Amino acid sequence: MDDFIELDGVEKVFEVRRRTGFLRRTRTEVRAVDGISFRVARGEMVGYIGPNGAGKSTTIKMLTGILVPSGGRLRVAGIDPSRERTRLARRIGVVFGQRTTLWWDLPLRDSYGLVRRMYRIPDARYRANLDRCVELLDLGALLDVPVRQLSLGQRMRGDIAAALLHDPEVLYLDEPTIGLDVVSKAKVREFLRDVNAERGTTVLLTTHDLTDIEQLCKRVMVIDHGRLVHDGALDGLHAIGESERMLVVDLERELPPIDGILGARTVKVEGPRQWLAFAATRSAAPVVAAVAERYPLVDLSVREPDIEEVIARMYAGRASL
Amino acid sequence: MAEPRPRRLSAPYEGVRAYCLVVGMWVRSTMAYRTSFVMMALGNFVVTALDFAAILIMFSHIDTLGGFTLAEVAFLYGTTSTSFGLADLVLGNMDRLGRRVRDGTLDTLLVRPAPVLAQVAADRFALRRLGRISQGALLLVWSLVRLDIAWTPVKVLLVPVMLVSGALIFGAVFVAGAAFQFRANDASEVQNAFTYGGTTMLQYPPTVFATDLVRGVTFVIPLAFVNWLPALRILGRENPLGLPGWVDFASPAVALACCALAGLAWRSGLRGYRSTGS
Ligand SMILES: Nc1ncnc2c1ncn2[C@@H]1O[C@H](COP(=O)(O)OP(=O)(O)OP(=O)(O)O)[C@@H](O)[C@H]1O
Ligand SMILES: [Mg+2]
Repeated sequence: MDDFIELDGVEKVFEVRRRTGFLRRTRTEVRAVDGISFRVARGEMVGYIGPNGAGKSTTIKMLTGILVPSGGRLRVAGIDPSRERTRLARRIGVVFGQRTTLWWDLPLRDSYGLVRRMYRIPDARYRANLDRCVELLDLGALLDVPVRQLSLGQRMRGDIAAALLHDPEVLYLDEPTIGLDVVSKAKVREFLRDVNAERGTTVLLTTHDLTDIEQLCKRVMVIDHGRLVHDGALDGLHAIGESERMLVVDLERELPPIDGILGARTVKVEGPRQWLAFAATRSAAPVVAAVAERYPLVDLSVREPDIEEVIARMYAGRASL
Repeated sequence: MAEPRPRRLSAPYEGVRAYCLVVGMWVRSTMAYRTSFVMMALGNFVVTALDFAAILIMFSHIDTLGGFTLAEVAFLYGTTSTSFGLADLVLGNMDRLGRRVRDGTLDTLLVRPAPVLAQVAADRFALRRLGRISQGALLLVWSLVRLDIAWTPVKVLLVPVMLVSGALIFGAVFVAGAAFQFRANDASEVQNAFTYGGTTMLQYPPTVFATDLVRGVTFVIPLAFVNWLPALRILGRENPLGLPGWVDFASPAVALACCALAGLAWRSGLRGYRSTGS
């Protein structure tokens, strides 16, 4: 019972008809998900990232049973989602950042009441879960406001609470922090971390905000053009992204660019300050030692590579393939 | 986790349960604005009653319409309006499905543990549609009082059977129409032609329509089974197509067949749902 979510060569092909002339249509295939395989264990918290149109939302829609895969094998808790969608629905929670699962014209409280009855949540359980969500997501003042009057960030918090009232075993979040301010983002992350730690809820999260991933997920999967291009620790991205760390040194005086340090090269000189780039996978110590040995060093600092840059480079690199 | 084994049979039950839950919620929120509800229901009553007003005006100039008296036409009118009103009350909101399919908001219904059909049907349940049923039922009662029918047990039984079968047939057309909204954008217009158009047609005696049209609504879209065929039997009238007598009792079977077909169409439509890209 380790692999809670299993995908084996899962595909989703959309057939799109395009008008190419008067009364003339051509059919083209969009391979939104092009043979993806991965496993997620119970209780894991996994980031699922990739550029626009990579196939993230499509994957989540297949995992929830909304879309029927065009090929491959997919199981969540041993269930084929598209075949037994309603049975699986009791055990999963879904948050779409782009659209609400709440009833637009109803106050949050009524929406939650309906969720309680639809999912047959025992009374005590429901009350405990609701109280907890209200407290941690700061929903107290919003409970009697119709959903359509909520701001984006308020609605998102309301949606997250709704997805957790029935104690789902797995929570799918498709861009849950889109459009949130800094404080709300922090609150949502804190809450998700809590849910994962205390309930052991499995979480699969897509986002374009890498801070979400850095703060929440030990494991990250990168998808591009419907294919998985990375699956592992966030740090592992540096290796395949060929990212570089930067050693910034302040010398006693202006000198010509530092030269002859093994595995490092000088990329910038500004008066007495110089920047040396070296592979992120290497230790900084030998580079520092080599510089200190041959140059009059006053001060130094090491800058970690920016994960956003790594990803951006990765996306850009693949786009040109 | 010891999940109870799913029973296939529980799907209809779950559907009805979910339907009632959502409908209950809409009714409660409608009742919060009681005066506005009363106004809407009255409005619905009046608007649908205008159909019968047209018939009354006709009868102020003529004595019979296609050989049918006013009371007989009222009987046809009352039966189809009641059947249609029931189907419209329960499933009338299905034509919103097309929009949900196009903008992808159907996604949110698909992740809930209840059959989508029930959720779509219950969405924005409009109690004001009671207006249509009540005016249909009133006319039905009035016609039954006025008509001089040699009642037999079979004829008495045929009335409720006809109403329920009729509602099921209209319901099937609603569902089938909705199923096509998964494929075609303007399917709801076509469906409206069959439902709203159909019921208007059935309010008149079959004798006023061309035989080919009557044949069409008997054999192709079996709307004639809603009221024409059983009602003619009750009124003691000749079948315009000269069909054998047992056909007048075939409504329940036809209704069930229609429901089965509509169910299949719905399933295939839903399986073809592709959401949207954003
Ligand atoms: N319903 C659909 N019909 C046709 N094509 C679709 C549909 N849904 C998605 N696509 C296509 O599939 C591809 C993947 O889309 P998807 O929504 O999964 O991307 P994504 O990774 O979620 O992107 P984003 O970060 O922009 O949300 C895109 O090329 C998109 O155009
Ligand atoms: Mg997306």
